[in-house]
Amino acid sequence: MQPFIDPTILPSEITPKAIFERRRALIKAAAAGSFGAGLAPWFSRAAFAQAAPAGPPAGGVKLKSIPSSYSTTETLSSYKDVTTYNNFYEFGTDKAQPHETAKSLETRPWTVTVEGLVKKPQTFDIDALLKLAPMEERIYRMRCVEGWSMVIPWNGYSLSKLLSVVEPTSAAKYVEFISLADRKQMPGVNSSVLNWPYREGLRLDEAMNPLALLTFGLYGEALPKQNGAPVRMVIPWKYGFKSAKSIVKIRLTDQQPPTSWNTSAPNEYGFYSNVNPNVDHPRWSQATERRIGDGRGFFAPKVKTEMFNGYGNQVASLYAGMDLKKYY
Amino acid sequence: MQAWTLKNTINQTGFLKGFKLLVFLLALLPLERLLYFAYSDQLGANPIEFITRSTGTWTLVLFCLTLGMTPLRLITGWGGWIRVRRMLGLFVFFYACLHFLIWLWLDQDFALASMVKDVIKRPFITMGFITFVLLIPLALTSNQWSQRKLGRRWAILHRLVYVIAGTAILHYWWDKAGKNNFSVVSIYLGVIILLLAFRLSLIKNILIRLNVIRSA
Repeated sequence: MQPFIDPTILPSEITPKAIFERRRALIKAAAAGSFGAGLAPWFSRAAFAQAAPAGPPAGGVKLKSIPSSYSTTETLSSYKDVTTYNNFYEFGTDKAQPHETAKSLETRPWTVTVEGLVKKPQTFDIDALLKLAPMEERIYRMRCVEGWSMVIPWNGYSLSKLLSVVEPTSAAKYVEFISLADRKQMPGVNSSVLNWPYREGLRLDEAMNPLALLTFGLYGEALPKQNGAPVRMVIPWKYGFKSAKSIVKIRLTDQQPPTSWNTSAPNEYGFYSNVNPNVDHPRWSQATERRIGDGRGFFAPKVKTEMFNGYGNQVASLYAGMDLKKYY
Repeated sequence: MQAWTLKNTINQTGFLKGFKLLVFLLALLPLERLLYFAYSDQLGANPIEFITRSTGTWTLVLFCLTLGMTPLRLITGWGGWIRVRRMLGLFVFFYACLHFLIWLWLDQDFALASMVKDVIKRPFITMGFITFVLLIPLALTSNQWSQRKLGRRWAILHRLVYVIAGTAILHYWWDKAGKNNFSVVSIYLGVIILLLAFRLSLIKNILIRLNVIRSA
């Protein structure tokens, strides 16, 4: 497979990280120095909001990763926003809850069973999975079905790497992802908001697309629990809920698997759930999205939502000839 | 000389003024909280969503409080509750305006076409919009001049508040419907049903009779 190169961005246009960071330092220094002690916190906050994303706090488990040509160069969402604004219903329906309530999740020991229509079904220990393929950093846009988006630096490798190890049979057409559902560790599982365990699924060709990322970390560190530790999917051209978190089982099937949100509200959430500005959610338009921590400030207008979340070059061919209004 | 009683004290106009001022300041707290959160960077990752939900919730809370004044008078026999009812009603309109303007400006970006489309296409927005529109005549006719001018028709017009109770709760209910997340909205529905039940003449008469016995 050829590496993906975005033809619209010249290598010379990308600001090297070192220079980018020096600029940020310069802005902060200006804020602290020339504007007086009283104004400094205000100004540095404004400068902060402009571009510089706050990274993770010290002490996390680092994941050594190589850069990827699939990454976007857009401004990253701050580590704080990425880790305190989470839809993870196993830990409550309020997006501010999981970063508190997910502390009870035990991510070691952890195994992922890959079964179903594969030649070599097996159970992987999380440490084995971490070493199965070279870890990459992939900076993806993440578009939530609720109408907001972030830019997140994930760490992982293409799901296809794992699938090629277990060798799907010719009968396999779909991949089902099953998340952990343990009442003892996950307070939200006691509520009847969804049918547990959380289930998601892809067509096999979608799952084999190199963008579909088996993800172990973000911001260069092992996944925080509220973000779906220790292993989750990230499928950047689909709405966020398609990317199952805290996965314990991957099953290959010949039938389209029932998925949690589709079962719960089939008129609102389809099996495909590709990001599509032309197909509205019954309760709101999907034409625009609110970029979390938008650098233009608090009252920045929403940004236009792109077809396939801007990943059409890589994935549009998967849906050639399909009526995406019908298969939403 | 009149003997000191609790009733005499709380009938004094000074006390009533103080009570009104207190209610006014308390009703401003939700707004002050938002301003403080904005200043201290506590609105979370999605501030617009936060202030939209917050103003919506407080509109409903104040609406319930407004509806609660009549039952409170029936239960306690104190007329002071009715004296703050108009102010509370106007605060409902105030927070509804904030809620509406946030949607109009920050969600729709004043795009009239998409706004109209939203109102027509989405039942929960339709209900929210109807609620807002129905609040307008009530706010406009809340002054004494209108009250005198409209006479008996004023009371009939202000029965719209019962329609608003229905549209407001539907707006909230349908917003939560997609996620089957009815726990909070059910509580508000329960409160509103209870408050409306006090208007039933049977319950009203019992309360009035109890008060007559008490004060006799």
